[in-house]
Amino acid sequence: MWIYEKKLEYPVRIKNPNPKMAKLIITQYGGPDGELAASLRYLSQRYIMPIPEAKALLTDIGTEELAHFEIVGTMVYQLMKGASPEEIKAAGAADYFVDHGRGVYPQSAAGNPFTAAYIQSKGDPITDLYENLAAEQKARSTYEYLIQTADDPDVIEPLKFLREREVVHFQRFGEALMKVQEYLESKKYF
Amino acid sequence: MKNNERARLLDEIRAIEFMTIELNLYLDTHPDDRKALNDYNSYTKQLMALKDEYQRLYGPLSNFGTAVSEYPWAWLNEPWPWELD
Repeated sequence: MWIYEKKLEYPVRIKNPNPKMAKLIITQYGGPDGELAASLRYLSQRYIMPIPEAKALLTDIGTEELAHFEIVGTMVYQLMKGASPEEIKAAGAADYFVDHGRGVYPQSAAGNPFTAAYIQSKGDPITDLYENLAAEQKARSTYEYLIQTADDPDVIEPLKFLREREVVHFQRFGEALMKVQEYLESKKYF
Repeated sequence: MKNNERARLLDEIRAIEFMTIELNLYLDTHPDDRKALNDYNSYTKQLMALKDEYQRLYGPLSNFGTAVSEYPWAWLNEPWPWELD
């Protein structure tokens, strides 16, 4: 089961609303390389992992991704909060506003609703771990693009933290992949 | 101000918890690294003490039987994590 901790993993204190930035950052909430996809991917893949190192890692990173899902949701919430309908319209976010108001909805920057088609759980530990290496790199790229489009330090700092976590996860998945390969070779599966 | 003190203590908890998260993931793929394990245990003890202090002052940090509450039910205490503190 899961226990909720009533705090963010990294603080978000955005003082100035910015609906345009909210509409971009939401892609890491419910977009193709976002945190919801990441968490669902790892938590779904872990069942068939053959060694405890990989079971633990997918459980722990899948859990940390839920904390990142919350950080991104908080950023969107704070960026929309207090913005007037006129400001939202001027920022090009009126399309989001008419569907979701100032609420937080899992969609991509282009407005596509979240779908499990963003993830794979293939029943093959090698395949799944390779998918995860790619997923972490895609998320890193997305955070870098978001950082390039942001100008508010209150927004950039949490994005930098989240970007760095993708790099660490990539490293750990690479180690898990090597351990799973060693294990399967020792069992003479191939 | 009380709220600033609450935010400061939370930042301190986050800093220590970051060490435990990072070491936890590292230990998942390096279970025999004794130094990392000692660090993990040491930071975990610091984290537990800081959380106890926070929860005495501001109410439960976690739900479902992981922290006791004063009367009335303090899990409802504001602010929630997405609200500016």
